This record gives sequence, C-alpha cells and structure tokens, in this order.
Amino acid sequence: MYETSDIKKNLKVKIDGYPYSVVEFQFVKPGKGTAFTRTKLKNMITGSILERTFKTGEKLEPADMAERTMQFLFKEGDGFVFMDTSNYEQINLSLEQLGDSALYLIDGLMVDILFFNDKPIGVTPPNFVELKVTETEPGFKGDTSSNTTKPAKLETGLEVQVPLFIEQGEVLRIDTRTGSYSERVKK
Amino acid sequence: MSTAGRIERLRARHRMMRAVREFFDARGFTEVTTPSLVSSPGLDVHVDALCVPLGASTRYLHTSPEYAMKRLVAEGAGPIYQVCKAFRRDERGDLHDLEFSMLEWYSPDLDMDGLIAQTEALVAAVACATCGSTQIPGRHGTVIDISPPWPRLSVRDAFYAYAGAAVEDLLPDEDLFFRLLVDKIEPALDPLRPTVLHSYPASMASLARLSASDPSVADRFEIYIDGVELCNGFAELTDAAQQRTRLIHDQAERSRLGKEVYPLDERFLAALERGLPPCAGNALGLDRLAMLLLGAAHIADVMAFTTDNC
Repeated sequence: MYETSDIKKNLKVKIDGYPYSVVEFQFVKPGKGTAFTRTKLKNMITGSILERTFKTGEKLEPADMAERTMQFLFKEGDGFVFMDTSNYEQINLSLEQLGDSALYLIDGLMVDILFFNDKPIGVTPPNFVELKVTETEPGFKGDTSSNTTKPAKLETGLEVQVPLFIEQGEVLRIDTRTGSYSERVKK
Repeated sequence: MSTAGRIERLRARHRMMRAVREFFDARGFTEVTTPSLVSSPGLDVHVDALCVPLGASTRYLHTSPEYAMKRLVAEGAGPIYQVCKAFRRDERGDLHDLEFSMLEWYSPDLDMDGLIAQTEALVAAVACATCGSTQIPGRHGTVIDISPPWPRLSVRDAFYAYAGAAVEDLLPDEDLFFRLLVDKIEPALDPLRPTVLHSYPASMASLARLSASDPSVADRFEIYIDGVELCNGFAELTDAAQQRTRLIHDQAERSRLGKEVYPLDERFLAALERGLPPCAGNALGLDRLAMLLLGAAHIADVMAFTTDNC
C-alpha cells in the first residue's frame, strides 16, 4: 500500500476498481490543521479526471499496471493481432479497445500496450508513423488562392489534410499525437 | 522557474526584507532574536517538531517563536518583531519546506481588527517596495490587487456559503472541518484579491483570546492570497489559568492521536501569571510572501536551497 508521501506524478493507483495515474498533486495543511494531499488523477480506462484529497495517514492501493512493447502483426476480421517479440506470445485487441490508435497501425509497427490486471487497456503508438496515401486528388488544382491543403486518405483509413503537391502513392510522416501531416517522406 | 533568474530573485528577496524591517523600524518596534533550540516547541496538535538530543536532556527546534516572544512582551519589551527560521516535521511541497522563514510580531494594545489593518499596511508597503505597486504577480503571474482594505469573511460564513454546513455541527470532528476547508472553501476564495478569514471556532485557537461578543469563536484570523495561507494572527490570550487548561488539553489530544507529547513551557506560563499586557500577534511566512511578490509557483524558487538540496 502507498502512503500519501509516496504520491508523485504518474504513480499508478487503484480506486473503486479502476486504474488511475496521478496527474497533479499538492501538499496542503490548512490553518495548522490536518495535513492533506490534493490529487488529480486520470482514469486509465475511461480517460476521465478525478479530483481527490487524501488525508496524511490514508493508504492508497497500487494498481497492477504494466506496459509492454509489442509488435502489430496483422488485422483479422474485427481483431488486431499483436505479438511480444521476446516470447512470441500473441494477444488480440478489438477496434473498440484500440480507439483512434487503430488508425496508425501498419504491419510490423512496435507499440506500447498498457495492461491492468493483465488485461490490455490501451495502446500508445510511436510519436510518428509513416503511412501511404491511397486516395487524393492529383496535383495543383486550377484555383490555388482559396486552398493551400487538400484532403487525403491513408492506407489505414486515416484522413488528413495535406499540401497540394502530395500525390497518391506517396508516403507521409504523420504525428500520432495530433493525427496530422508532418512531412513528406523521401523514399 | 529558470535557474538563470535565481540570483535575481534572491536579490529581490533582499529588497523585500529591507522593506519589512523599514516598516517595523519606522513604527518603533524592536527587532529581537530568541533561541531556535527550546525545551517546549509548541503544542499545536498537528504540528510536529524536530528533536535534538543534548546528552542527558532533549531540546527541540521551535515550530514558532511564540512562547519566547510573549515572555518578552510580558517583561515590558513593547512592540517587537523577529525574523527567524521555524522547523516543522513532515511538511514538504510547493508551499512547504521543513525549515522555513518566519516573520513574527507582537503589538501591545492592538485587537484583532487593528492587527489585520497593520498586516494589510505591512504587505502593501512591502509590495510597493518590491513590485512597484499593490498589483502583484501572485504564484502564477495573474496580477492580484492587494490594495487595502481586504475583504473579510468569517469562518462561520465561509462554511455556510461554500460548504453548506454549520461549523457548530461539524465540530468536534476537526478532520472534517479541515477537509471541507481544503476541498470546498479554499478553492472558492477570490483568486484576484486577498481574503481575511477570521473568527475561528474557540476550540481551534488555543493561544488566542475568545471574542468578547461571541465566545464560541476566538479572535483569530488567517489571510489567504492566491490560494496561499500567508499568515496566522490573533489577539493573545492573557489569562494564565485558561492558557494552562488549553495547553493540557492539547497535550491530551496529541497523546490520543499517538503523537509525541511535548512538555508545557512553564516559563511561558509563569510570565502569563506575572501578567501579559493585552496585545495581538501575527506569524507570517516570508518565503510565501516572496513567492507572491516575485511570481514564483514553488517555494524552492525563492529559497537559496531547500532542505532536500542541502
């Protein structure tokens, strides 16, 4: 069990059965009275923020959380298959579990998978991935004064705004944190 | 905060301290120094002292110079002030360090309202000398207007308005009182103006005089600026017998909570028996004042070194 003095950023604790990560904390001692630690926590499954004040002496339950680096192998129906390259163990995650991160998965990509009580609850792709353009209007269209970007669809289904010079079949560097075009990859 | 600005902040803090001393010196106060190493460090229920073994006896680092300064006032020292270090175990955070700087002063013949006004004048004068005006950056550079007079709020009204509770109903559960203060009241206070939170329940002010008009509360106040508790002041209890009773009660409460029980300061009680003139005193956190005037979010930003870094 953790003491309130153990509370620090990114500490993983379990509250009401959910795993939380400490986002912010502040030691407070009002009017020379009881000491507390004001805490802001993020629910690692729902993403919601919880604010809770712990009295010094209260104990916090550690959350059984672990992060493993795994390789995305392929998509099978509605499932996405990942493999632990150290022991060849495979796990299957659904589109629902992956959320937006499914739009960045290409064969062979190494990602960080968060486990809670040995169940995968989230996937973090690398900050940048390289994706191929499968569909976009060709070259500079007649009147360029009104648009400096155009839409493009990528091999994973992700849609981004790209500069007008980008052609179908080109490979783009995409920032996974914002879901936007970063630069054209020279191949 | 930038390490490059560190030395500049220490210089600004020096200017702040000059202004503090000028304020009191101009009003006929005597600056005093009393020992940090004492036989009785203070009996606040939630404040723990650092122990210093001295061969056969035990001393403590004081948690505030209150007892010694009141002994001086009882001896006829008149208005006095002290700039010193105070030590409180297990207190560390953005606003706390184990060892911190305290300004403590006593004004004979002032009551609580007079002391509040004196505090407003002190902070305004020091702000003008340090920041150029009574518009100060606060912890986050938002710009806080500290021109006196400051808004007053009684503890009873604060609990009624922000916690939806009557203080009388909450006590004697002090943990609940402080939890509501932290969770409901402090976050609701105006971030752009100071708040004088006054008239604490009688059970929470063991060295303060009870209010003449309402003995269920004491003439005790705390000032909040930008979410920071800056000072704790009160009209002093001068009745020796009542003071002894209250301190014995505090000892019992500490014992009940499994905390170390410090001895009574008999020399302090003897001074009260000889007679303490009516006076009011305040204890102000100088590091926190520096944070508010220099726009620092963390106490380490205004200290040369924190306890962890030395």
